[in-house]
Amino acid sequence: MTETAILVEGLAKRFGDVMALDGIDFQVPTGTIFGLLGPNGAGKTTAVRVLATVLTPDGGRAEVLGHDVVRDAEAVRYLIGLAGQNAAVDPNLTGRENLRLIGRLTQLQGRLIETRAAEILERFGLMDAADRPVRTYSGGMRRRLDVGAALVHRPPVLFLDEPTTGLDPEGRNELWAVIRELVADGTTVLLTTQYLEEADRLAERIVVVDHGRVIADDTPAALKSDLGSTVTELGMSGEKEAERAHSLISGLPRVHSEREGATVRVSSQEGPRVLIEVLRALDANGITPSSLTVREPSLDDVFLALTGRHAESNPTPQASDLAKAGVA
Amino acid sequence: MSTTAVDLPPVEIRRGAGRLAGTAHDSFAVAARNLIAYRRVPQLLVFSTIQPVIFVLMFRYVFGGAIKLPANLPYVDYLMPGIFVQTVVFGSLAAAIGLATDLKSGLLERFRSLPMARSAVLAGRTLADLVRNVFVVVLMAAVGFGVGFRIHSGVAPFLLGMALVLLFGYSMAWIFATVGLAVGDPEAAQAAAFPVLAPLVFASSAFVPVSTMPGWLQAFAKHQPVSATVFAVRDLVLGTPATTDVLQALGWMAGIVVIFAPLAVRRYRRSV
Repeated sequence: MTETAILVEGLAKRFGDVMALDGIDFQVPTGTIFGLLGPNGAGKTTAVRVLATVLTPDGGRAEVLGHDVVRDAEAVRYLIGLAGQNAAVDPNLTGRENLRLIGRLTQLQGRLIETRAAEILERFGLMDAADRPVRTYSGGMRRRLDVGAALVHRPPVLFLDEPTTGLDPEGRNELWAVIRELVADGTTVLLTTQYLEEADRLAERIVVVDHGRVIADDTPAALKSDLGSTVTELGMSGEKEAERAHSLISGLPRVHSEREGATVRVSSQEGPRVLIEVLRALDANGITPSSLTVREPSLDDVFLALTGRHAESNPTPQASDLAKAGVA
Repeated sequence: MSTTAVDLPPVEIRRGAGRLAGTAHDSFAVAARNLIAYRRVPQLLVFSTIQPVIFVLMFRYVFGGAIKLPANLPYVDYLMPGIFVQTVVFGSLAAAIGLATDLKSGLLERFRSLPMARSAVLAGRTLADLVRNVFVVVLMAAVGFGVGFRIHSGVAPFLLGMALVLLFGYSMAWIFATVGLAVGDPEAAQAAAFPVLAPLVFASSAFVPVSTMPGWLQAFAKHQPVSATVFAVRDLVLGTPATTDVLQALGWMAGIVVIFAPLAVRRYRRSV
């Protein structure tokens, strides 16, 4: 039997006229990594803040390990760790002092605080910089300390809000490895990301949010199977030719094709082989693409597939936009 | 449908007396954190003390000669109580700047997700500023004695006066904690605070006798918290009857804390 660590039912949060969360539901099984995927302003951060007891919801409910995040917020705070979008550490304190502060504020005993701080500094490769003020740290080091600070009291549930934003590829891989280790030890992780790749690499289940609503709740594999493992974009000389190419390619087996302006987007599970067939078919009909790009599917592709429109950033969505989204 | 309940770690959720002790524990942790910043960024302390020292020298030696006082009171003895009060009033800006910085950096969001007392961030901040003010007041007293300031009463009334100064600084910190959280940006907090601070400090009895001001300004200058505190401290230092002024000053401080502490806490709860 799978146990549920995080339960979210009909959660709603309004800021003025904007519904940041418009009734979202999902469940996170214990000991798994769960991805909350969506563009800027989709409501991911709001959801995490409500679950982390920082914000009070306007409707619906949420539970973390059997404790309601509103009625039983104090209990929830013992069970969670939060690393927000900013590296929320004090630049004037050293790395060790930052961890000590969190240790004291999570009510650990003095000796245990020292042990945990040392463990975390070691784990995140910050031992050498442990006693330097954080303002001398690089962005990546701050970010690691920030995630480390969420672990001082060994919370069974961890919220990571865009944890790899601003990290270089190496730093990102290191952080992914730590997250996997934590989950192997039984921690439940909810992470938000704008990158399908990140959610795909880490999460066992993904919820896609848009305008405060859940628009997909699935495994990464299932989400991607709708999209194809590779996406090829063929630039044509004009819309007319693009339309011809689109109807030709749509006739091929195991291929999904879309046209947008003079661009034809082809997705498939068997990228290279299908691509050969596509190009043969085009060549046989005397069509030559003016450009060709092959890439991994992105959040934007997921959006196109799910909603028929591009993922937009909505830092401050207007009520009228939300109304339109509701109608669409 | 519900999640599987997990027992809490072996830390008791605090209630009753334990809650009070817990609030103190958390406030001290936050205060210690804020004090480390003063140790590690000494410029913060240096610049916040240089300005009052310059005020002492400027008023003592530049403007002092032009200011006519009743009786044969040396101006420096009249000035220093005002300087003490002015120093802690400007110093209380640190609460606004510090909290706005923490709000902007996301540190307050982290604190609000921790199992700590809700009031500890503000209590710790104001406590740290109180400790800093002890240091600053001692320094200003030393500078004052250096330029000829003399106590007319005795050690005990003088220390009582300094305690009033510290308490006043503490109450002002709650005003600026509210401002810092409301504004949410350190530079803006500083800009927002000055137009409030300047009239309070300069249209007061801190540097010049209120009786030299035009009538309409006297009405304000006599009945505002900075003047009330300066009157009380001056009485205590000069050995004039002090009880009424001390009670009035304490009344202002109590009023400020009663109004602004809940406002600041409310702002803190709403801030992300």
